Amino acid sequence: MSASGLTVGAPPEAPRAVRFRLTWRVGLLAVLAFLLLLSFVRVVSDANDLTSSGTIGAALAAAVPIAMAGLGGLWSERAGVVNIGLEGMMILGTWFGAYAAFNWGPWYGVVFGAVGGVLGGLLHAVATVTFGVDHIVSGVAINILALGWTRYLSSLTFANYAGGGDTQSPRLPTIDRVSVPGMNDLLADLEVKRWFFVSDLAGLLRGLTVNVSELIVVAALLIVLSYFVLWRTAFGLRLRSCGENPVAAESLGVNVYFYKYAAVLVSGGLAGIGGAFLAIVSGNLYREGQTGGRGFIGLAAMIFGNWRPAGMAAGAGIFGYTDALQLRSGDTSIHALLLLIALLLFAFAAWQFSRRGRRWATVVAILGGVTLATYLTSDTVPGQFTSAAPHITTLLVLSLAAQRLRMPKADGLPYRRGGG
Amino acid sequence: MAARFELRRLGLALAAPLLAVAFAAILTSIVLLIAGDSPSGALRTLVDAAKRPRIQVQILNLATLYYLSAIAVAIGFRMNLFNIGVDGQYRLAALLAAEVGGVVSLPAPLHVTVILLTAITVGAAWAGIAGLLKVTRGVSEVISTIMLNTIATALGAYLLTEHFAVPVAGSNNIGTKPIPASGQVPGISLIPDAPNKVFGLIFLAVIAGIGYSVLLNRTRFGFDLRATGRSETAAVASGVNVKRMVLITMLLSGAVAGLVGMPQLLGDSYSYSLDFPTGIGFTGIAIALLGRNHPIGIAFGALLWGFLDASSVALDLEGISKEIVVIMQGTIVLCVVIAYELVRRYAIAQEQRRVSRDLSARAPSGEPEGVPA
Repeated sequence: MSASGLTVGAPPEAPRAVRFRLTWRVGLLAVLAFLLLLSFVRVVSDANDLTSSGTIGAALAAAVPIAMAGLGGLWSERAGVVNIGLEGMMILGTWFGAYAAFNWGPWYGVVFGAVGGVLGGLLHAVATVTFGVDHIVSGVAINILALGWTRYLSSLTFANYAGGGDTQSPRLPTIDRVSVPGMNDLLADLEVKRWFFVSDLAGLLRGLTVNVSELIVVAALLIVLSYFVLWRTAFGLRLRSCGENPVAAESLGVNVYFYKYAAVLVSGGLAGIGGAFLAIVSGNLYREGQTGGRGFIGLAAMIFGNWRPAGMAAGAGIFGYTDALQLRSGDTSIHALLLLIALLLFAFAAWQFSRRGRRWATVVAILGGVTLATYLTSDTVPGQFTSAAPHITTLLVLSLAAQRLRMPKADGLPYRRGGG
Repeated sequence: MAARFELRRLGLALAAPLLAVAFAAILTSIVLLIAGDSPSGALRTLVDAAKRPRIQVQILNLATLYYLSAIAVAIGFRMNLFNIGVDGQYRLAALLAAEVGGVVSLPAPLHVTVILLTAITVGAAWAGIAGLLKVTRGVSEVISTIMLNTIATALGAYLLTEHFAVPVAGSNNIGTKPIPASGQVPGISLIPDAPNKVFGLIFLAVIAGIGYSVLLNRTRFGFDLRATGRSETAAVASGVNVKRMVLITMLLSGAVAGLVGMPQLLGDSYSYSLDFPTGIGFTGIAIALLGRNHPIGIAFGALLWGFLDASSVALDLEGISKEIVVIMQGTIVLCVVIAYELVRRYAIAQEQRRVSRDLSARAPSGEPEGVPA
């Protein structure tokens, strides 16, 4: 078995003449266009939580663990190792993070969360790189193992603490929050006016600059740092060459095993930080099942971002946003989101139609029509569905975008030194 | 010569799981020692518990569910298709089958058939979404089935609480309308002196195992499936329509997944309520890996898992945290996959050595020949 799996349904596309480049300007324009659309939806459906600073702040906090898992996946898959064990590494991060935070302080929690994730990464690296086990098989095993370990460790530790139990830790000390000075007063006034676009922009900026946990800042820096290390250093070039063509890399004297190990260990560490964030910042305590599949969503965010940091961050942002919406007057907000999805689907269908993808354009247009009809005929979305909003979004996004993505060439393929 | 070779291959095939279980036992013992518990005491507690007839029935019942789940996973695995979504498929199938079973009233054999068919259809349809997305849009089934698991949870919760629910007598649990006697499958008193009974639908697991074996080894479809799993390019070259295969395999896997909850539903619960067992789909993945996708190997794996799960309750009474069993299970899986890989490499090295020995023995006697088959 090979973790790359079967590759049907993704016929190789002819390289386009003009390659789309995600520059700062394009990214900024895309964000503004999205905000304009959101603003329109907010005014139409009167769901003011869509762009409130509270929602944006919550979305940012929800996006961080997903982004850390996604970044972990990025590191590992760029070196050619599929890491489905991210979920397990995150779980290890939650326990280790909570244990250290409770005993020594929140920042120790972050460091030990990373250490917990690295331990999971080490297991994955030993299994996949040294022993050549199928990557997905190893990842599944690590997810099972991590669950067992944390349950066992919790029953040995947290169960004996006051306020803790077999499945949950006592309350943890949290990490300080910071604000950009002056922003709050300026933007709060604008936000409550509920002007079209202006208030939405104010809400967005206020959510991003006021009362932000320091760990979020660290996480953002980690994404930027990862980009520089992977794309602007010799180390990064060699690491990525192991994911594209390890045999060629080997022939140039690159120690492929070393780079794969390094990538998977960093991957585990990042996922561990994501887990620690969940325990220390989001939850304020360790709770079993806290990760709730965010490791997998992180992986989806990375695929959505075409194995690039900026795209991955955008994906994590979208998933974080839907995740946050369900918590903030979820039924009406998610209901309003239906209109947004319908509009996006129609736009996508029109674009497909212009590119002569008639059949697919019709399918997407029908999907959009159904979504619009649901929006018009109902007032709220049942609460049970709001919890699945990020997952439905993931499926939708992947089915719309999967064919335009290009993963590292040797991703998931077994490699043995001298085997070329 | 041939017989000796076969024997050696069998020995190699058995060596991997045995090595892995032994290694996992050592690792788990170390963990227990660090925590201040006695490994031999823990093992004795587990074995003693398994001697009780009541636990033995539980082991068989758990193994039945695990076996069906692992077969569902294995169908995909044989073709390099990772159906991680067995969990969502069986839960949704059990919910809808329970509702159908509770609402309709039919004579006994027909009633059971309708329930089973509903489960099969729902499981296949839910897995089919992932299959369809893969063949039409190229979405990796690993990600899509994981997402479908959560969506199944949401959909199930919505259907149960908003549409199907009736209060369960004597508790604040809610569940579907109980299935009347005509839709139930009575248990079998397989083990003497046991107060509980073995699921009547244990034969369903046996049929699934035989069907799986026949399908893969005796039909053209099975051959195509295995060929695609071994080498997709070779299969395409020999005329296999891989897209069609992916869709059919996913539907089959989902259909078997739909049956996972049935022995429990028709033999014990009779209603899908909030406390219906969850997570069996993930257990199935572990057991399929352990049993190397082989119907008999999977049976052993399912029994081992059933033994560990059913007996672990006794550990808590001895003051040992029963979560140690989950560590042991996870370690076994990881060790097993590594051991299989090591044994495979060893076998290849042996084969190469044998071929080179044969060749060098023949070389002086005449002109070079091709590699003997």
